[in-house]
Amino acid sequence: MIDFELTPEQQEGIVAAHQAAKELFRPVSRYYDEHEHESPRELIAKMWERRSESTFNMGLDPAAALRIEELCWGDAGLYLCIPGPALGGAAVFSSGTKEQVGRFLGSFNEGEPKWGAMAMTEPHAGSDTAAISATAVRDGDEWVLNGEKIFVTMGKRALEDSDGFVVVWATVDKSAGRAGMKSFVVPAGTPGMRVEKLEKKLGIRASDTATIILDNCRIPCDNILGSPEVKKTETKGFRGAMATFDATRPIIAAQAIGVGRAALDFVKETLENKGIKIRYGTPRQKLTALERDIMDMEANYKAAKLLTLRALWMMSQAQPNSLESSMAKTKAGLAVTKITQKAVEIMGPLGYSRRHLLEKWMRDGKINDIFEGTGQINMLVTARRVLNYSRDQLK
Amino acid sequence: MISFSPTEEQQMIVSMVKQFASDEMRKIYRECDESGEIPDNVIDTAWKMGLISNNIPEEYAGFGGEHSAITGSLIAEELAWGDLSIAIHILCPALFSYPVLEMGTKKQKEKYLPLVCDENYKTATAALIEPNFDFDPYSLSTVARPEGNEYVLHGQKCYVPLALEADFILVFAAENGSSQGFIIEKGTKGLDIGERENSMGINALATYELSLKNCRVPKENRLGGPDGCDFNRIMNCSRVALSAMAVGVAKAAFEYSRDYAKERVAFGEPIASRQAIAFMLAEMAIEIDATRLMTWEAAWKLDRKEEATKEASLVKAYADDMAIMVTDRAVQILGGHGYVREHPVELWLRNGRGFITFDGMAIV
Repeated sequence: MIDFELTPEQQEGIVAAHQAAKELFRPVSRYYDEHEHESPRELIAKMWERRSESTFNMGLDPAAALRIEELCWGDAGLYLCIPGPALGGAAVFSSGTKEQVGRFLGSFNEGEPKWGAMAMTEPHAGSDTAAISATAVRDGDEWVLNGEKIFVTMGKRALEDSDGFVVVWATVDKSAGRAGMKSFVVPAGTPGMRVEKLEKKLGIRASDTATIILDNCRIPCDNILGSPEVKKTETKGFRGAMATFDATRPIIAAQAIGVGRAALDFVKETLENKGIKIRYGTPRQKLTALERDIMDMEANYKAAKLLTLRALWMMSQAQPNSLESSMAKTKAGLAVTKITQKAVEIMGPLGYSRRHLLEKWMRDGKINDIFEGTGQINMLVTARRVLNYSRDQLK
Repeated sequence: MISFSPTEEQQMIVSMVKQFASDEMRKIYRECDESGEIPDNVIDTAWKMGLISNNIPEEYAGFGGEHSAITGSLIAEELAWGDLSIAIHILCPALFSYPVLEMGTKKQKEKYLPLVCDENYKTATAALIEPNFDFDPYSLSTVARPEGNEYVLHGQKCYVPLALEADFILVFAAENGSSQGFIIEKGTKGLDIGERENSMGINALATYELSLKNCRVPKENRLGGPDGCDFNRIMNCSRVALSAMAVGVAKAAFEYSRDYAKERVAFGEPIASRQAIAFMLAEMAIEIDATRLMTWEAAWKLDRKEEATKEASLVKAYADDMAIMVTDRAVQILGGHGYVREHPVELWLRNGRGFITFDGMAIV
C-alpha cells in the first residue's frame, strides 16, 4: 500500500533529532563555522552519550533519512562530526564479510567516541575512480599501501582523534583497470599512515576534510574487503564501491534536504512575521513573484525528499536501487543549491549577512551537489541506467 | 509505515488499464487527434472496465469498491499515457459523479449515481473554467442567486468536456462569493451550449463554451443541498488527477524520445551516447518520478480526508512545468523529426502545454 505515515516510534525519533538539532547544533553553529578545525568537543561528547538512542541510529531506511534531515536542519557540518563509522561503515557493510563486519564494527560503539571514514579521491582522480593510483602490494601476511588520498571526510577524527578506521581504495594491479580496484580497512595508529593537512572549505567547516598519506603502510592481509583476486572480466571490487554509493547517496540527499529546509523555514518564518502569507491554491497568474519562488522552492524540496525516501525504502526492501539513489542525489544536490541560493536572494541583506545562518546554509548546502559524486556524475549514472547503457556506450 | 508499493488490487487495475492504453488508445490516438473524433467502441470498451462504477456503493448500483485518490491517480497516469484526449473523455462522467458521491445529498446520490453505473457510457460533465485570462476558481464570475425555490445562474463557461452530449452538467458558480456546484440537466432553459472549441491540443476531446442566461434550477440541485460542497476538496482532487495525467503524458514523451535517441545515429553513434542528449533524458526521468511521488503523497492525504491544498497545488504547479519541460525536450531530441506529425512528440507537446489551463477537467 502506498503510504507516507510514520510509525509512532519513527515520529519520536524525528522529534528527538529535531530537538537535538535545535538545542545542541544551532546554538554553536556559527561558532564552529568561524572556528574551522576546532573540535566541538562538548557536542561530540553529548552525541556519544546518546549514541544508543534510536535518534542516532542511522540504519538505512526512510525514517533514517528523516532523522538526518532534522540533524542537518540543525547544522550539516556538525552532523558530520557525530561519532560513528559513517561512510567507512557503509563500505564495510556493503562489501565486507560477516567476520569483518564484526571485527571492525562490532565494538565501534564502545569506549571513547570513534569515527570511520572513506578514502577514495586522489589529487588526480575524483569522479574517475578507476584512475586511482594508490597501490596495494601483497607482502607475506600483509598488504603494503602507498599513495595519497585527499578529501577524506572526518579523516582526522577517524585516525588522529580516535581509534577509528579509514577504508582506503587502492589498486592491486594497475593494468587490470577497474578489476584491480580493492578496498582496505586501515585502523587508526597504523604505522606508515599520517594525516597531512586539513582543507579550508567554503562550508561544512565543522567537519574535517583530510589529506592522508600512505607510505609503506602495512595492514593484515585479511583487512581487504571482498576477494583479493583480480579477474580482468570481473570488476567486483569496483562494484563494491558502487554498491556503497547506492547506500550513501540517499544519505547525502537527506543531508541536502535538511539544509534546504533550514533555509526554507527561515524565509517562511521571516515572511510570516511580516504578515506575508503564501497563498497555496491561488491561480498562478494571481501569485506574486515571491509566492511563486517560495512554492517552487517548496516543491523542489518535496521532490528531492520523496525521491530520497523512495531510494531508501527500496534499499530497506532489498530491492536494487542504483538508479533511484542517483536520481535522489542528483535532484537533492540541485534542489538544495537552488533553494539556499534563492533564499539568500529573497532575504536581501538578511540573507547575505553573517548575523544570520542563511548565508552559511548556502555555503554548506553546496557540498551536497559535489561529494559522493557531483551532480554531473550522478546525472551520468542516471542516464546510463535509464538508457540501459554501459560506461562505454555513454561516456 | 512508509511504502511506495501499490496494493495488489491496484497493481491489477493498473495492468488492465495499461493493457487497454497500449492495445486500444495507442492504435488510434493520432487519427483521433487529426479527425477530432474518438470511436464509440473504444469509449465503450473502456467503460466496461468499470473505472468509475467500481467506486460507487452497491446501494447506488455500483460495484461498491473503495473510492481512492491514489487508485485514481494510478489509473489517470496510465490512461493519459495512452492519450490525454481519450483519457479525459473516458473519465469525464467522474467530473459529475465523484463530487455527487462525496458531497451530494442522499437524494442527489439516489438520483444521479445509478446513471453513471449504467452498462453503457453515460455522459455527464462539469463546467468550471471561464473564458478570462485571470480566471480564478475561487472567485468565479458565473454567479448563482437564490430566488424563491430556485437558483438563477448567469455567466460564461468554457472548456466543458462533452457538454453537448451531457445529460447532466455540474456547473460551478459563485454564491455570495463562495464557489458552489449546481446540477443542470440537459435542455434546461437558459443553458446555451456553444460551438465546439478548437484548441492547440487535446483535439480529439470535444469541449464547449456554454452560456448561462437566467438559467433556473431547483434549490435541491445545489450540490450538497443546504450544506453545499467542499469546493476546495474538489479542486484538490482535480489537481491530483491532472498531475497524474501530466506524468502519463510526460512518460509517453520520455519513452518515445529515449527509444529514438538510442536508434538515431549521428557522427557514427547513437545520439543517446552523447551527454547533451543523455543528460536531458536523465533529467526528464528524474522529474517524472519526482512528480509521480508528489502526486501520490497529495492523493494519500486526500484519501485520509486531510486538508491537502498545499500538497495538491504544489504538485499541480510542478507537474504543469514538468509536462512542458519533458514534452518540449522530447521534440528537441527528435529535432526536425519531432516537429513533423509523423511522430507523436509534437502532439504530446501540444497536450502537455495544456495542463496549466485544464483546471477542473479531470478528477480522482
